[in-house]
Amino acid sequence: MGKISNEDLLKKISDKFHDQVTTVGEPFGLLTLETGREQIIDVLSYLKNDAALQFIFLTDITAIHYPGIERQIGIIYHLHSPVNNVRIRLKVFLNDGDVHIPTATVLWNGANWMERETYDFFGVIFDGHPDLRRILNVDDMVAFPMRKEFPLEDPNRVDKKDYFFGR
Amino acid sequence: MQNHPVYTDNDPQNELSTLNLGPTHPATHGVFQNVLQLDGERIVSGVSTIGYIHRAFEKIAEHRPFYQITPLTDRLNYCSSPINNMGWHMTVEKLLGIETPKRVDYLRVIIMELARISDHLICNSVLAVDTGAATGFFYVMEYREAIYEIYEEVCGSRLTTNIGRIGGFERNFNQIAFRKLRKFLKEYPIVLKEFENLTKRNRIFIDRTRDVAAVTAEDALNYSWSGPILRATGVDYDVRAMEPYSSYEDFEFEVPVGSNGDVYNRYLVRNEEMWQSLRLIEQALVKLEKEPSDIFHADVPDFYLPPKEDVYNNMEALIYHFKIVMGEIPTPNTEVYHAVEGGNGELGFYLVNDGGRSPYRLHFRRPSFINYQMYADMSRGMLLSDAIINMSSLNVIAGELDA
Repeated sequence: MGKISNEDLLKKISDKFHDQVTTVGEPFGLLTLETGREQIIDVLSYLKNDAALQFIFLTDITAIHYPGIERQIGIIYHLHSPVNNVRIRLKVFLNDGDVHIPTATVLWNGANWMERETYDFFGVIFDGHPDLRRILNVDDMVAFPMRKEFPLEDPNRVDKKDYFFGR
Repeated sequence: MQNHPVYTDNDPQNELSTLNLGPTHPATHGVFQNVLQLDGERIVSGVSTIGYIHRAFEKIAEHRPFYQITPLTDRLNYCSSPINNMGWHMTVEKLLGIETPKRVDYLRVIIMELARISDHLICNSVLAVDTGAATGFFYVMEYREAIYEIYEEVCGSRLTTNIGRIGGFERNFNQIAFRKLRKFLKEYPIVLKEFENLTKRNRIFIDRTRDVAAVTAEDALNYSWSGPILRATGVDYDVRAMEPYSSYEDFEFEVPVGSNGDVYNRYLVRNEEMWQSLRLIEQALVKLEKEPSDIFHADVPDFYLPPKEDVYNNMEALIYHFKIVMGEIPTPNTEVYHAVEGGNGELGFYLVNDGGRSPYRLHFRRPSFINYQMYADMSRGMLLSDAIINMSSLNVIAGELDA
């Protein structure tokens, strides 16, 4: 494992942010924290710029949808500190009616397309993003297809009906 | 639509010309569209449009049991499908807590390094084609065929391999596979050396590639680059060395780095990585001799499909077969991120599981997608012909870009 243990990492972060950051767990050795959208950029910027931590590599931004609970949309950040060889996962959960979160493009240019992809599939609005529009789906699509209520196949399609196959 | 890139140019005051490079253009090796504003031969600005072959793999994966997701991963970076397949198997094994035997790990290393060679081989030889040297491409292509024949002996298919299973391989490597592998190891270094002679010190090739699209290490990290193009800027980040998987820690290999991140450096890094891959395969073959030769999968009857003869003749095998196919075996309710060093960089699988037969959410961290986003920015001020070779040296694979 890395040069900095998860306990030390967690201690440093909670010294700085106290109860604004809560621990979710440590699945497979990857420290997972949860925070709110008000301080997400502060947390990311602290992790990136702190001389001892140096999480300079933004591995990934993605989202997840849990229908039926209050804060349905989770935005998930994976960061990596190549110097310490440690990864960390950050989560922010948002209410479905108000899926706004500040953009991480102020810290990493690489966040641009990752956030566009997350917007495209989950409808998360990244406030301050320079070019927030759909990236993989067509521009005039109205739905956000990775949300759970979006069906895998169009329920109205007729070309897979049994009578075409003699059943 | 307002946000669409501009396709026509009606402004009479504008002296720039608009060029639609792609979506189907012979020089882009895939479905990439870039709308470029050109001042003569120089690019003033560009807008990349992607998503032409988006197939919604992440959505499909939420409706498939784990073992049926392997064929989806094939179609990400289809120049090195086995790495994607193995990466996916290892993610699921990590989730389920399956320990694979050493022999399986070494066999996987062989297959993954062969895949890396075939990936880099295509990239470097196509780069030579784009600079005007078609000879090398036709020469080394024969050895991609040799690699595909080894895949064929192991799994029966060539491009989209679906190789291996969760827990190991579907069948043991046969003697023909090893014979073909040894033949490849004997012949390929000579070919690679000759290909190197053709390009490495070639004046035309160097003039076309050196200092073209040079990227600093800071920029590369800022854009989350990974893989050979990041190493070409001088950052020694390789997942195989940083977080060894599949027993890479047992092997000796070097992580080649470049200095200024230009096209020539990327070429050199990929070239050296092919030599290192050959070294890894040689070591794996030596290590395999010490392992029992009949082990090719972990002993996990809950997740590894039994042989078909047993399903018909053996009660237990039939039960396991039924349970696996119907997805009746509980899985841990947790989340896992696993990364492998793909042909283009860190290929990550973020799997959130809710205990069912298929993932609750599966996200692929696709290196091509993340590496490509700098392309339009870095093309600014570049000659059109340099932008073309820049794209081929980024080795963006459309399948991985669009998932």
